Amino acid sequence: MKSIYLDHNATTPVDPRVLEAMLPYFKETFGNSASRNHSFGWAAEEAVDKARGQVAKVIGAGSKEIVWTSGSTEGNNTAIQGVARMYADKGKHIITCTIEHKAVIDPCKFLETQGYEVTWLDSDPKGCISAEQVKEAMRDDTILVTLMFANNEIGTIHPIAEIGALCKERGVLFHTDATQAFGKVPIDVNEMGIDLLSLSAHKVYGPKGVGALYVRRKKPRVRLQPILHGGGHERGIRSGTLNVPGIVGCGAAAEIALAEMQTESVRTAQLRDRLWAGLSEHLTEISVNGDPQNRLPNTLNVSFLYVEGESLMMGFGDIAVSSGSACTSASLEPSYVLKGLGLGDDLAHSSIRFSLGRFTTEQEIDHTIKRVVAAVNHLRDMSPLYEMAQAGIDLSKVVWQSH
Amino acid sequence: MAYSDKVVDHYQNPRNVGSMDQNSKTVGTGIVGAPECGDVMKLQIEVDENDRIVDAKFKTFGCGSAIASSSLTTEWIKGQTLDEALMLKNTDIVTELALPPVKIHCSVLAEDALRAAIADVKSKMAKTTETASA
Ligand SMILES: Cc1ncc(COP(=O)(O)O)c(C=O)c1O
Repeated sequence: MKSIYLDHNATTPVDPRVLEAMLPYFKETFGNSASRNHSFGWAAEEAVDKARGQVAKVIGAGSKEIVWTSGSTEGNNTAIQGVARMYADKGKHIITCTIEHKAVIDPCKFLETQGYEVTWLDSDPKGCISAEQVKEAMRDDTILVTLMFANNEIGTIHPIAEIGALCKERGVLFHTDATQAFGKVPIDVNEMGIDLLSLSAHKVYGPKGVGALYVRRKKPRVRLQPILHGGGHERGIRSGTLNVPGIVGCGAAAEIALAEMQTESVRTAQLRDRLWAGLSEHLTEISVNGDPQNRLPNTLNVSFLYVEGESLMMGFGDIAVSSGSACTSASLEPSYVLKGLGLGDDLAHSSIRFSLGRFTTEQEIDHTIKRVVAAVNHLRDMSPLYEMAQAGIDLSKVVWQSH
Repeated sequence: MAYSDKVVDHYQNPRNVGSMDQNSKTVGTGIVGAPECGDVMKLQIEVDENDRIVDAKFKTFGCGSAIASSSLTTEWIKGQTLDEALMLKNTDIVTELALPPVKIHCSVLAEDALRAAIADVKSKMAKTTETASA
């Protein structure tokens, strides 16, 4: 069997239909959408506006509320730093959580060095932040709550609508990093009280390096201090000549994702459940990380006790997944998200994220089950921890000779 | 980063996986690392009356390079005397397995496990000699 790709939360392949839609914009329709006085510019502008509508529709927004970006890292920075600097005279307090993506954590940490105060909420063991926690953290000088819609490592979905309602009630702006949720689960910025939302095309079968930031225009009208200054594109929020082919791809990807969301979410959830059923039928001492109910349909994060994640991946052969262990990184620190759930480092080191996608098949899942079961058994046979646990030794009581 | 062929070979066909009786007077056991750090190595040696390592076994929880480092170590030291085995350097493992810089700690762990096992069996032998002469 050829390579199996189960790492769709990292990135996805471009859907052939998306590529098809993009191609003319590299060739005949190559104009600059800001060229207001000739047909090349008009054609590009028309394409960009169509894509705005396609993206807006997925989240129940107006097309004028979509600002093009290079992806979610930029979207998150534009939103968080933009709000912080625009509303600094109202207050300098921001609320977020410890299991956000680095593209939220690091801008917040940066703001801490600039005189802002950040409250870092801890998630519960399933990776969830409650509206109650947000409420308790709110202060008179709170200007922004930024919480991810769905977590990239474990797939847990936060109670966004409740948090949004709370923010509305308190007059605090609410940003959500919806990179993993966009196009996979229903989102409505009005029903959910979202003021700012980041999304990225490459997680939904669009091209890399393009995305969008939703910026609410009324009730309230959100204003942002731009990070990039220049020609005043995108309502002055994000200057720079637009990446027209990429934007067309982002729009096409959004339209397909919305059209297929219902059937795809059922299909991928069934495959995900098939994967879990197969693994748990053949293996003992494995557990799911995250919330078994409120999670993305495509994500399954599993801890395989007594085996280390990277060695497991090595045993999978040509199956691409991602590991909570980080034996290659200089820090040797396992995933901070899994640690944030209260998982011990040992369990974090033993975890694998399977993220399924549009082109994942049942045969691929069945093959994956076989390979994973074989690799886990192979490694448990040579695991001193498994041996000790089988002998009834409590591993948490052992005094280790760590470095 | 791709693994070297030798790492893959040791991972797929680990040499000398297993355990010996930790309480035997002729067996030395070294356990190093910690689950929180993502590596635990257990290395055991059985020594004859001439200080020669007649058998070696390992069990490792860790990445492929950690498994390969311990597997290779058991292969190398079998048949050596304790003094010969003590000359093994982690850099020899790095060279043989073509480990990249981020994986050097795996070879260090294997060397440490070996040293701990040798120290263990030596202290057992010292005790045996004491009781024998007493
Ligand atoms: C939750 C989340 N936020 C942000 C990002 C960064 O997105 P981008 O690659 O578009 O900058 C990612 C993807 O890696 C993500 O999963």
